Amino acid sequence: MANKTILEIKDLDISFRTNAGSIHAIRGVDLDLQKGETVAIVGESGSGKSVTMKAAVGLLDANATVNSGRVLYTYSQGDGPEQTVDLLQMPKKQLRKSINGNRIAMVFQDPMTSLDPTMQIGRQIMEGMLLHRGISTQEAWKRSVELLELVGITDAEKRMKQYPHQLSGGMRQRVVIAIALSGGPDILICDEPTTALDVTIQAKILELIKEVQDRMGLSVIYITHDLGVVAKVADYVNVMYAGKIVEVGNVNEIFYQPAHPYTWGLLSAMPDLDTDDHRLYSIPGSPPSLLHEPAGDAFTPRNAFAMAIDEKAAPPLFKISDTHYAATWLLHPDAPQAELPEGLRVRLERARKEAEKYL
Amino acid sequence: MSEALLKVEGLKQHFPISRRFSVKAVNGVSFEIHSGETYGLVGESGSGKTTIGRSVIRLYDPTAGSIRFQGREISGRLDKDTRAMLRRDMQMIFQDPMSSLNPRKKVGDTIGEGLDIHRRYADPAQRQQAVGAMLKKVGLSPAHAERYPHQFSGGQRQRVGIARALIMDPKLIIADECISALDVSIQAQVVNLMKDIQEETKCAYLFIAHDLSMVKYISDRIGVLHLGYLVETGTTDEIFSHPIHPYTKSLLSAVPHPNPEVEKRRQSVAYDKNASGVDYAQGTEHRVGGTHTVLGTDEEVARWMK
Repeated sequence: MANKTILEIKDLDISFRTNAGSIHAIRGVDLDLQKGETVAIVGESGSGKSVTMKAAVGLLDANATVNSGRVLYTYSQGDGPEQTVDLLQMPKKQLRKSINGNRIAMVFQDPMTSLDPTMQIGRQIMEGMLLHRGISTQEAWKRSVELLELVGITDAEKRMKQYPHQLSGGMRQRVVIAIALSGGPDILICDEPTTALDVTIQAKILELIKEVQDRMGLSVIYITHDLGVVAKVADYVNVMYAGKIVEVGNVNEIFYQPAHPYTWGLLSAMPDLDTDDHRLYSIPGSPPSLLHEPAGDAFTPRNAFAMAIDEKAAPPLFKISDTHYAATWLLHPDAPQAELPEGLRVRLERARKEAEKYL
Repeated sequence: MSEALLKVEGLKQHFPISRRFSVKAVNGVSFEIHSGETYGLVGESGSGKTTIGRSVIRLYDPTAGSIRFQGREISGRLDKDTRAMLRRDMQMIFQDPMSSLNPRKKVGDTIGEGLDIHRRYADPAQRQQAVGAMLKKVGLSPAHAERYPHQFSGGQRQRVGIARALIMDPKLIIADECISALDVSIQAQVVNLMKDIQEETKCAYLFIAHDLSMVKYISDRIGVLHLGYLVETGTTDEIFSHPIHPYTKSLLSAVPHPNPEVEKRRQSVAYDKNASGVDYAQGTEHRVGGTHTVLGTDEEVARWMK
């Protein structure tokens, strides 16, 4: 695959004004997306994973301030020359007209709230095409039917005239994906696309997104808290905690050689089907409020491996391999060797062994 | 073995929508829960798992079938004695801790309400002590009794919900999706807490969830529901290692494994009930070994067993 960066987020820093004070939600996030790849952003609620992507598409709430950072998007118009724009500097109007829905499309968590309940789904799919493409209604209708077939909806002609409430949850999410694809985007951002769906339907939707991605050469960004979903779809993983990326690596590095204690916690908190330990290892406490920004590492109070330095200074990203970085002082050459929790060590070994069968 | 703590037989729960039409949410479900064990109910949304929980604790009036709890029939009209027993010995933990706690009540009063109703204390000091002890047990501090629900985080609120259920020292706790609304790292905390409490008080859980890996982790026995029918039930090992019903197989194949090399190569098994031609109403319970039973006709079960 050609290594071409299509979206690059650099040192993004965002705060929200609230009645209680300023909340520093994003504290210097860097993220790269290569063409045709899938990147996942993992974290708990409030870690800032949705805000990061909303900033990239200009959907931030009115009380948000972007303190610094750039979101560089590289594209080419038709066969024209490549150009790079900073989406944060672009006027809102131009962003809506040329980028949103057209080049970068988004799929949201709950398909019921992202569809208009009073509008036939055919019209909803056509809406974007009529506005962005300036094609005729008949042409848009034809394309919509094709899109519905692409996302695996049978009787597409009949479905065009139906309303969202007549469809099941999985069908609705397929319609939302069809709408997202209607502009022929380069990048698809999926914000918890399957959280509201059942496991059986979740698997189908993920397989669908993957299939569409291969067929259309899309780059996909997943925002999720479900590591099972990440394992299934992602090429690269960014683990976010309290507005920072604490570990980044390709999917095998994150799942077989995690380096950050928070990633350890996330992995072991989720039992897999082979877990039979008596107790789950859990991360104590709860995520910090960013109303009072911690001086050192935000994870310190919940970190069983915390050292004195964690309270004083936030760790930089330490390099482990060319693609694998983690922000924890444990990786500092002077740090003591930290032992993985027993349960997790056993599990990682088992996972590696299982994986070896395929490698 | 002595009689089960809870014995549900042929439970039906229909909701009339109009004179001609009623939603048949639960269609003849039978299962047992013994003291001190955890029974997991899994199924997709709309399969009737929550309805079963609510029928058992009598938030609904069951349409047909029998529910025996501690040897007493609780599916019909309840006399005063039985009702008091039921309300004391069976408790529920709800999905969303924010909407199940009264926002205008201090959590100490929410937790103590059961004690008030059943007059389980001699003087206010004793009540306060009981509430404080309960808060401690779920990992909060007695001082938290003076706070309101909005002053807690999601995980803490669910702990309050658990404390509220536990204060009556129940024999059976119905946990309806009680961890679904929580973050992954908090889920593990709450599940560990529930296990600790079970060890200490020997209470039984009816654990309702759609997250199969969590259900497997916590349950001794599991029932798989689909469209209001209990299609398969058995011990956790029987269900996970030797699933027989195609729906169970499809459900198990859809669980994501946190192991990328394995996960990327796995295709989920689809199950389309209409295409498979299985009519649940025709099926009968087939015992296939131990406590493992499957719903289906003779010939269907024979085919699936192959």
